[in-house]
Amino acid sequence: MDKSLLCNSMYELIKKTSTELPDDILGALIQAGLAEKKSSTAHDILTTICESVALSKNRALPVCQDSGSVFAVIRARSTEIFLEVEEAIKRAIVDLTEQGILRQNCVDTLTETNTGNNIGRHVPQIHFHPAEGPTHISLMLKGGGSENVSTQYSLPHEGLKAGRDFDGVQRCILDAVFKAQGKGCAPGILGVCIGGDRGSGYMIAKEQLFRKLHDRNDDEVIAQLEDRMLEMANELDIGPMGLGGRTTALGIKIGTAGRHPACYFVTVSYSCWATRRYCIELDDSGAICTWL
Amino acid sequence: MAVKRITTPLTSDIIRSLMAGDQVSISGRIVTARDQVHKHLASGGGSPVDLTGLVIYHCGPVVKRQDDTWQVTAAGPTTSMREEPYQADIIRNFHPGAIMGKGGMGEKTQEAMRSQGCVYLHLVGGAAQFYAQRIVKVEAVHMLEFGQPEAMWVIKVEDLPALVTMDCHGRSLHRQIEDNSFARLQRLLNE
Repeated sequence: MDKSLLCNSMYELIKKTSTELPDDILGALIQAGLAEKKSSTAHDILTTICESVALSKNRALPVCQDSGSVFAVIRARSTEIFLEVEEAIKRAIVDLTEQGILRQNCVDTLTETNTGNNIGRHVPQIHFHPAEGPTHISLMLKGGGSENVSTQYSLPHEGLKAGRDFDGVQRCILDAVFKAQGKGCAPGILGVCIGGDRGSGYMIAKEQLFRKLHDRNDDEVIAQLEDRMLEMANELDIGPMGLGGRTTALGIKIGTAGRHPACYFVTVSYSCWATRRYCIELDDSGAICTWL
Repeated sequence: MAVKRITTPLTSDIIRSLMAGDQVSISGRIVTARDQVHKHLASGGGSPVDLTGLVIYHCGPVVKRQDDTWQVTAAGPTTSMREEPYQADIIRNFHPGAIMGKGGMGEKTQEAMRSQGCVYLHLVGGAAQFYAQRIVKVEAVHMLEFGQPEAMWVIKVEDLPALVTMDCHGRSLHRQIEDNSFARLQRLLNE
């Protein structure tokens, strides 16, 4: 790949992710606003959100001052491509931090000092999945507030009366939405993983957030569970920013993973209304050929 | 409902007149403070700015240095609940007129607000550009050694809209919504 083309591509990808809310999410927020009573708090909040999102796009400035932590998944056919892309992502992050498009969001845990450039131990978080075909990059900027309300349940769960079945899974998801209230910047999007282990559960749950809101799950049983959960979450009346209203969640996306017979985890990765993520395909020169 | 225009520093009469559910528009000096500044102030550290009657804003802005001045490029609220362990002590020792952030705060803070006269102002999380537009000037920055987002930024705002969600009379919209959603949750689980 051409190094400078690749660097430009990563710069463009991260800048757009920080400054332009994806169309599907903005569309859902506009719809949510139409569903609320005019001059209600929920309506006012959604109006402010849409106004702010428009400003950020027009001025090419961050959607949210918490420009998040970079979470990227690279699908490529060789380690060489992976390493080139990883380097280009890091360079773009340093430049964009300097330019005030990304906030200084990496603190060295041992020294308690901000690294100042968003680079640190295991930061940014970049995962490599070897795969045939063209290089695909999925990138997300995930805010800290919504990460804090993400959670994991080990079933059976006595307090929630949640057994190792779909009824138990539903109880966990509703509990996560309830506990988050407005703290994760509702209306949020939930990425969920049923099964897996404590590590893979969070990874798979977070990867669900890359799915577009209108994306229908391939598995019909899970697709129906997603619809049902979204409907139930929106009956809680937590509403935008937790101040009441019809829209508490914009989407609930569920993945599954095989589990150890002794384990049954339900993992919820909560993401704020400002879910910033884009996926691209690169051509062999390193230029972006498609926004997926 | 009419919007109440308020200017900092807030007097105790103004603070007591604000009720949960009121919409306000704030002008004047406010200071940002996140986890590090709260920890500092609550553990005996001094404030470089007299906080009496001012608004403490839970916000870690994105700032850009331009020549000798600072420019705020994004400035929405952060989750206030993280400051719950410190906030009550800070209200008692520094007498701010309002705490501003998102998501609301807990019982300890509510009690300090009631006894000291202080309110909680709620902003829309994520609406960073909407609020950045209301900042007219960065007056100073202190404790920059905590890092840019964690420093204490002294800023001047004009007509910044907010919702009073916790007042100094013990009312909290957050508690109401939580109680209501809990009842709904129980109904859903028992269906």
